[in-house]
Amino acid sequence: MTVMLLQPQTIARFRRKRLTAMAVPVVIIAYFTYIFVAFDMAGLADRVSVENARTLVSDIYSYKTHVARDNRTGDVIVSIEGERKGEYPQGSAPDWVTLGDDTVIDLGAGHVVTFGAQVTYDVPGYGRIVTTPGSSGVNAVLPAGDLPDWISASKNRISVTTDAGRVTVTRNRAEVFRYALGWELFFFTLDSPYYGLSLGEVTSRAFTGEAGAIWDAFWSNKMWRHGDVAWALVETILMAFLGTFGAAIVALPLGFLAAKNFTPLGSLRFVARRLFDFLRGVDGLIWTIVLSRAYGPGPLTGALAILLTDTGSFGKMFSEALENVDDKQIEGITSTGAKPLQRYRFGVIPQITPILLSQVLYYLESNTRSATIIGAITGGGIGLLLTQAIITQKDWEEVTYYIVLIIVMVMMMDTFSGWLRRKLIKGKEGGH
Amino acid sequence: MAELQSAGDIKTEYLAQMRSKRVMNLILLLVFVALMLAGFQTANDRNAGGFWDGLPNIFDFPADVIGEAIARAPLLPGYFVKYFPSLIETINIAGAATLLGAMIGLVMSLLVTRGLAPVPWLVGPLRRILDILRAVPEIVIALVLIFLLGGGPVPAMIAIALHTVGALGKLFSEVNENASLKPIEGLASVGAGWVQRMWLGVVPQVAPNYLSYALLRFEINIRASAILGFVGAGGIGYDLRNTMSWGQGKFDEAAAIFLLLFGTIVVVDQVSSFLRNRLTHGAKNQEAHP
Repeated sequence: MTVMLLQPQTIARFRRKRLTAMAVPVVIIAYFTYIFVAFDMAGLADRVSVENARTLVSDIYSYKTHVARDNRTGDVIVSIEGERKGEYPQGSAPDWVTLGDDTVIDLGAGHVVTFGAQVTYDVPGYGRIVTTPGSSGVNAVLPAGDLPDWISASKNRISVTTDAGRVTVTRNRAEVFRYALGWELFFFTLDSPYYGLSLGEVTSRAFTGEAGAIWDAFWSNKMWRHGDVAWALVETILMAFLGTFGAAIVALPLGFLAAKNFTPLGSLRFVARRLFDFLRGVDGLIWTIVLSRAYGPGPLTGALAILLTDTGSFGKMFSEALENVDDKQIEGITSTGAKPLQRYRFGVIPQITPILLSQVLYYLESNTRSATIIGAITGGGIGLLLTQAIITQKDWEEVTYYIVLIIVMVMMMDTFSGWLRRKLIKGKEGGH
Repeated sequence: MAELQSAGDIKTEYLAQMRSKRVMNLILLLVFVALMLAGFQTANDRNAGGFWDGLPNIFDFPADVIGEAIARAPLLPGYFVKYFPSLIETINIAGAATLLGAMIGLVMSLLVTRGLAPVPWLVGPLRRILDILRAVPEIVIALVLIFLLGGGPVPAMIAIALHTVGALGKLFSEVNENASLKPIEGLASVGAGWVQRMWLGVVPQVAPNYLSYALLRFEINIRASAILGFVGAGGIGYDLRNTMSWGQGKFDEAAAIFLLLFGTIVVVDQVSSFLRNRLTHGAKNQEAHP
């Protein structure tokens, strides 16, 4: 009898389960289809900038040296990445550039460019391109035959791109780009006496009393600004540290106010809880905007924004932890005649410290990431440097460097807070 | 006498131990306080405006915004309608990113759980990848992708999804570690492949925990999506920045956006915490009310 009743029931239940199992993927697919249309993914193919992607990727692992000639004055300037900070001092050049009346640039593999009254480029397997820039245009003379697709030529401009580099000639300017692997001038800039020395030489000089000067040259590197970057990292960690622990300090007394077993007054509890909800609900973004209006860019603004948001989160978590406190310990302390403050100090605090501490330390790591983001919005710390480098749209090697530093920083904070958590909490538990 | 002696010893020893512990705690506390003060001082010095100078101005901006909002209160409902599509976009960025991240995170979590991973030597490298995905702030990926793909919701979605993969991959794998191996062994004994063992043996056991974590992540991702909008990735954050940079005269619109954002965050928080409560204590409730 029961079996007869159970069987259809079971079958019905199975059918329902199977239907839900089918429905979930269908709903997901439907949602993604909607997203595909709403986000105009189909149009994405047109918006993707292949050119940008190529610049980005090649910039990450290589750099280019510009050799530029002003065709009116005949001045030749050699610079790295075309930046003033990377200019070779007047009269000096890398060994593949021979300065003189006619500057000869050897791009390697037989590619030779000469700068003079005429700008010529010998392309192996193709021939010699001769241009005579002047007021009538660039007057390019190309080898006979069809124009290959790696040359773009017009009256006033010719641009040749080969594996060895890139040559652009306009009426007023002739420019050669040569690409090389690596990050340029990472340790020393060209004006430093230590530029181009091998690691062994620098080390031996460091031991003969130049360590301070070497460190200065590295630390104040104008291209990479190692000193500023280090400060930016410190500022970011400072924001996270001050924000997290400041929030914990503010939230602890408020947490008592919001806990049922410590604040019998319902209205007070209600106010404290709504305050937490408000602080959390307004969200870090809005706090950041509000605070940056009052304080301007900098680490303090970020620290306060984190502090306000996390006071809400901590207050909520702390009050929940306090409501779960074991009353027996407090009773025990009370029975010895302890005053209220002593009851809190010896009955409550030891119970909740491990919980609170571990929550606060978890937040420390995630706030390091938030501090980077807040820094990018208000302007402070490594986030600011990162956005600045991205806005230039050409310093992708610096962007990569900052990203690596950010990842290392966050992982170190993660390891550090984990270590501290284990250390402190184990220590506390061993104590009682 | 000897016993008393030893009791006295114990007492002095205990007191000494307590004293040294207290001294240690005091030193730690002093170091902490010193760090906080020095840190605050440094942050204050390196900030554009000092803490005490800026303190009176802190309510200027909210006062401006609220003042304009009240002055033009009848316009607010119109602004709510105007910015509602942007809000939907922000929510969609978070939703799609959470869903995508959770799905990839699910696969990743099964690949990095010892005992479940089909390729044991991949566990270490994949865990490092998850660590890195978790460590990169979303804004970094979003800004780079905006350069490549142009502005709009897609860069934000990808950026948040990648971070979600890292975060959920780790949490899911912790959940997986607690899954019972018996159903998996049972499935293996009838010749089920790895995918079948995972899909039928592991996922049903841990699905409520997965869902609970994914909901929590959705809350976080809505906030992240609003922030990414602020740096140019579309959605309500983008509108907020535009109205803010316009300055006075559009603060009523900024106020409307603040309210929309605040309301959304609160509603999502409440709904998700209600659902998470049901997911974790659902069985108990069913027993209580059959």
